[in-house]
Amino acid sequence: MLLRYTFQRLLMLIPVSIAISIVIFMIVHLLPGDPIDNLLRIGSSEEDRAALVALYGLDRNLFIQYITWIGNMFQGDFGQAIVLRRPVADLIGQNLPYSLVLGGLAFAFSTIVGMTLGTISAVVRNPILERFVRGFILLGSTVPGFWLALLLILFFAVNLRWFPVSGAGGWQSLVLPVLTIGFGGVALVARITRVALMDARREDFVTLLHAKGLSAKTILFSHLMPHALLPVVTILALRIGWILGGAVTVEFVFGRPGLGSLLIRALGQRDYPVVQGCLLMLALAVMIGTLIGDVAQAAMDPRVREAKS
Amino acid sequence: MTPTTAPRSAFATMAMRSYEAFARMSIGRAFSSWIGRLSGGFIILLVLTAVFAPWIAPFDFAAQNLMNANQPPAWPHLLGTDEFGRDVLSRVIYGARTSLSVSATAIGISITAGMILGAAAGYFGGLFERVVMTVVDLTWSFPDILIALIFVAIIGPGLTSTTFAIAIAYLAQFTRLTRAQIVRLKRETFIEATINLGAKPRHVLLRHLMPNAIAPVIVVGMLAIGDGIVLEATLGFFGLGAQPPTPSWGGMMSSGTAQLFLSPWVIIFPGVVVAVTVIAVNLFGDELIRALDIRDRLRGA
Amino acid sequence: MLQVRDLGVAFGPIQPLSGVSFSIERGETLGIVGESGSGKSLTAMSVMGLLPLQGGRITDGSIAFDGMELTTLPENAYRKLRGGRIGLITQNPMTSLDPLKKIGIQVDAVAILHLNMTAKQARSRTVEILGTLRIPEPALICDRYPHQMSGGMKQRIVIAMALAADPDVLIADEPTTALDVTVQAQIIRLLDDLVKERDLALVLITHDMSVVAQTCDKVVVMYAGRAIEHGPVEAIFDAPQHPYTQALIGCIPRGLDGDTKLEGIPGTVPTVQNYPDGCPFHPRCTRAQDICSTTDPAFVVHEQSAAACHFAGAA
Repeated sequence: MLLRYTFQRLLMLIPVSIAISIVIFMIVHLLPGDPIDNLLRIGSSEEDRAALVALYGLDRNLFIQYITWIGNMFQGDFGQAIVLRRPVADLIGQNLPYSLVLGGLAFAFSTIVGMTLGTISAVVRNPILERFVRGFILLGSTVPGFWLALLLILFFAVNLRWFPVSGAGGWQSLVLPVLTIGFGGVALVARITRVALMDARREDFVTLLHAKGLSAKTILFSHLMPHALLPVVTILALRIGWILGGAVTVEFVFGRPGLGSLLIRALGQRDYPVVQGCLLMLALAVMIGTLIGDVAQAAMDPRVREAKS
Repeated sequence: MTPTTAPRSAFATMAMRSYEAFARMSIGRAFSSWIGRLSGGFIILLVLTAVFAPWIAPFDFAAQNLMNANQPPAWPHLLGTDEFGRDVLSRVIYGARTSLSVSATAIGISITAGMILGAAAGYFGGLFERVVMTVVDLTWSFPDILIALIFVAIIGPGLTSTTFAIAIAYLAQFTRLTRAQIVRLKRETFIEATINLGAKPRHVLLRHLMPNAIAPVIVVGMLAIGDGIVLEATLGFFGLGAQPPTPSWGGMMSSGTAQLFLSPWVIIFPGVVVAVTVIAVNLFGDELIRALDIRDRLRGA
Repeated sequence: MLQVRDLGVAFGPIQPLSGVSFSIERGETLGIVGESGSGKSLTAMSVMGLLPLQGGRITDGSIAFDGMELTTLPENAYRKLRGGRIGLITQNPMTSLDPLKKIGIQVDAVAILHLNMTAKQARSRTVEILGTLRIPEPALICDRYPHQMSGGMKQRIVIAMALAADPDVLIADEPTTALDVTVQAQIIRLLDDLVKERDLALVLITHDMSVVAQTCDKVVVMYAGRAIEHGPVEAIFDAPQHPYTQALIGCIPRGLDGDTKLEGIPGTVPTVQNYPDGCPFHPRCTRAQDICSTTDPAFVVHEQSAAACHFAGAA
């Protein structure tokens, strides 16, 4: 049952992936000028040109070029970076782990802290706490990420010297970036958890749970939380992209290696093979994240499994 | 005596009807709470500042004065100077122009395109609706920054790509919202009656469905402008937005990073303005939703 | 077994329930009858001690259960009673079960909690109970989810949950209102059988007088948060004393031919904020006099029943 659902979701991803890859592929061709020039270093020789043309089939029509490009990718060839003159695949391979670590930690942080905060604010009925949580949620959703990052750097790294300003050495350098991304993430998760718990509490079946003699704690953790998790997972799956986006910005601000800073630098340098490679990876991450979110939701809610199959 | 009324164009009618519907909903109520007054007031103040920038800004935003570089806030440079000796306050004021105009334009485009798409999808239904909604949902699951970056990759840095990036990023919201409204209203009996009386789709759409769908769109649009401001600032921060010498909040923070330790005010103030603006927009948006009582209509998005 | 005396319940400044009294012994079925809004469910919640869930509290009276006074019982002691010695069946089976958990787990939980059984023991007990409730293939059902069952089945599962710990008292709050008519009859018969087989005390809350007539031994008629008549079922139906009871019985469709008009009671039940002074029924009563709007009627005993009416006995 669950397997079938997962398989269906995977199938639906295929047309989406194709569409996105086409868009990314077209970047080079939509730019003004000769696509070949966009892929080459300035001042390249004729041989280099010819080699590139052969490699990408740039003298054939668009469709063949696209297939060639995809084909190359499946063999692990993402092209050659213009500026650094290294295979894009290498660059991505180098930077990807950093992004994964940052993204994963930020995700875990947002989820755990967010759910805790949301649960506390739903269960403990303290008006001051409610105000504080609501204010926090508002701030978290509106403060621009990079500005928060800069503030944190200013305060913690420069003034207090607790954490390094930038770079990727050791766990200390992860604290501020994770906090920055997490700020928005925590706010989002907390808000959803809070509302979900308060809604779940009002459901009819809760009365019967009490009537069975179950303790409030059991009811909260064994019955209400799973219900609250549903919308959290849904939203998180949708917002995976958002967390990724935050990671992109944060990597850049903190000078951390990763797909994000790689992408932005490449954009500034007009290093299109790198741009394409990074965008593809990021898009892939978004889609996988959404898939995982969908599957997780189906795993938790038996009604979803039936509805979609 | 036969009164002569010139036949009104469908658009004019729609515009009038929309305005009436909107005004009837007492927007004024959004100002009844102190939150509404504070946030709404700030927004109005900001817009006025942007419009009257040349008269308000104490200095020319591009005037460099290297001997005065990196001055902390003091008279006459109330917010200090940057590394070129330019007055931060004036740059922030002019930056408001850039940010607001870019966001407003972008969201305007987004609303128009979104409403047309959403209305068509909702009204005609079927395969067309499914295709449109799938594409739209795709853009929704992608972070706005990523979409923006793709656009910049294609068009190159600058205000044009920023505008389009913001427009595309939030298109999904308006499409879904409009479609939800249209689908809901389509089922109303008075629409059925109108159609049975022989009204053409264009007439039904413009005179009846759209005016009712406008209120939630306007509110969401406002909130999207807030997001758009952040997106514009972020792109500017990456150096991919407004190019010098056009001042933008993001750009100021970008170049200010190098001077982070020397003159942090160059970064702090534009950031504060962005944050406060977005907070004000969100708070006022909430008040509007409450005043217009359309919270349930927003669930469609 | 269970004796309620002069129960009063308040939600903030509003007093939806006052002066409710009844008692029930094992093997008896007590019917609590009244229109929607008469306070029947509140009475059930009060006995279960679940008023705080809805924001209410008991202001006066006593609830005595097997010698224990429930109104002053501390929460952890109360929790042992709930589900253990007093079972509750709620109104809407479609939303009474947790949609995310399998049926078996939900019923097992009662036995595990109150009878200190292991999971395996609880499961065999669950299967056994589901069988007695005439649920087909109980072992398979345990692995299903609530949304896969019909309303009637779900209600039986709710009953199973209430029975699992072998309670002394069963409170059924409008158990059949949300079900089809055919299923209604089955469930009522089921409850009837249970009372006889297990020597239970059943408190059956309903708005359907015909159900009361068929199954109950004793009746309490409620109106606007008050018990306005009570007594053995034969006495109440043969000679109802209170005008409201008379009107309710008159509402039962009987031997309809083309000419019989269906009777209703003119007016509507007053809302909690607008309880009338004096006798709560007087605005709709055909026999109301001046005294009815000023003085609260006391119970007038007539043979085996008692009614709170100034003119009781003057049928």
